[in-house]
Amino acid sequence: MSPAAVSPRRFAPGDRVTVAYTHPPGHRRIPYYIRGKSGLVERYCGAFPNPEELAYGFDGLPARHLYRVRFQQTEIWPTYDGPAHDTLDLEVYEHWLSPAEEDAS
Amino acid sequence: MNDKAAHTYAEGHAHTILRWSDDSAHDIEETARYPLMTEAIRQILVEKGIISADAVRHLIEQMDARSNVTGGKIVARAWVDPAFKERLLGNAKEAIAELGIPEVDATHLIVVENTETVHNVIVCTLCSCYPRMVLGMPPEWYKSKAYRSRVVREPRAVLKAFGTELADNVTVRVHDSNADMRYLVLPMRPLGTEGWSEDALAQIVTRDCMVGVTVPRVPAKAHAVK
Repeated sequence: MSPAAVSPRRFAPGDRVTVAYTHPPGHRRIPYYIRGKSGLVERYCGAFPNPEELAYGFDGLPARHLYRVRFQQTEIWPTYDGPAHDTLDLEVYEHWLSPAEEDAS
Repeated sequence: MNDKAAHTYAEGHAHTILRWSDDSAHDIEETARYPLMTEAIRQILVEKGIISADAVRHLIEQMDARSNVTGGKIVARAWVDPAFKERLLGNAKEAIAELGIPEVDATHLIVVENTETVHNVIVCTLCSCYPRMVLGMPPEWYKSKAYRSRVVREPRAVLKAFGTELADNVTVRVHDSNADMRYLVLPMRPLGTEGWSEDALAQIVTRDCMVGVTVPRVPAKAHAVK
């Protein structure tokens, strides 16, 4: 059972979001390769105790919203040599996400 | 090789290390400390009567007893029952509970479906997160740094190394189990299995098919499986 998060969700499936480009010390669940990258929220996974605090013996509460975000491989890796439609999905806690800025076009 | 190195490191100790696995030869000195610490803590807890040696043994036995047979049953049911498949993709926990397989907690399991145009493959780049509740313990290669680092950035080359070549019109979708969810690939049912029983189907759903590095195949002597 997921403990209730105190805050309402900020994102919904389909939202374009950007992962924070930051390198704080400590236990983090956001791989370096995805920091600063943008993708689309694929689904909401629920609220979970924050692993960044659980790792140091705290209770991780309030729970944090967790989303699955889908990224285009060509956006993650500039040298990706597969088709442009290949994707990578991973899970990102809400506090690592912000709304993606509109692409200038 | 690494197991041997770890064993040598621990040889001065009379105690048995219960679990040891690591693929990184270069940091043996670093990582060998942790199994020793774990074992020391285990022994202290047992000596103080906080846990029993038998309880630890029992848990290990339970963990080792889980296997990909469970995953195979789930996939085979999804192949023969489209309504079950839809429920499985929508809410794996509830769908798997219908099968009545004891002690399978699929609370945080997400099942991803392979189709003619999508091929899914699972990895955990941070460590070795794996859908143990339905597949048992992960294979060594799944935990290797080579697999973990390469499959996210050149999945097609890694799949090819596993003998799985995909056409360009197929989307390769890598799932990094980097947080709380676990993933199981629902492979496509291969041609030539029409009319097969659920049990026969389950037998061709191997572990690697459900991780997504290969696809199910009909054995040459298919009639023997039926």
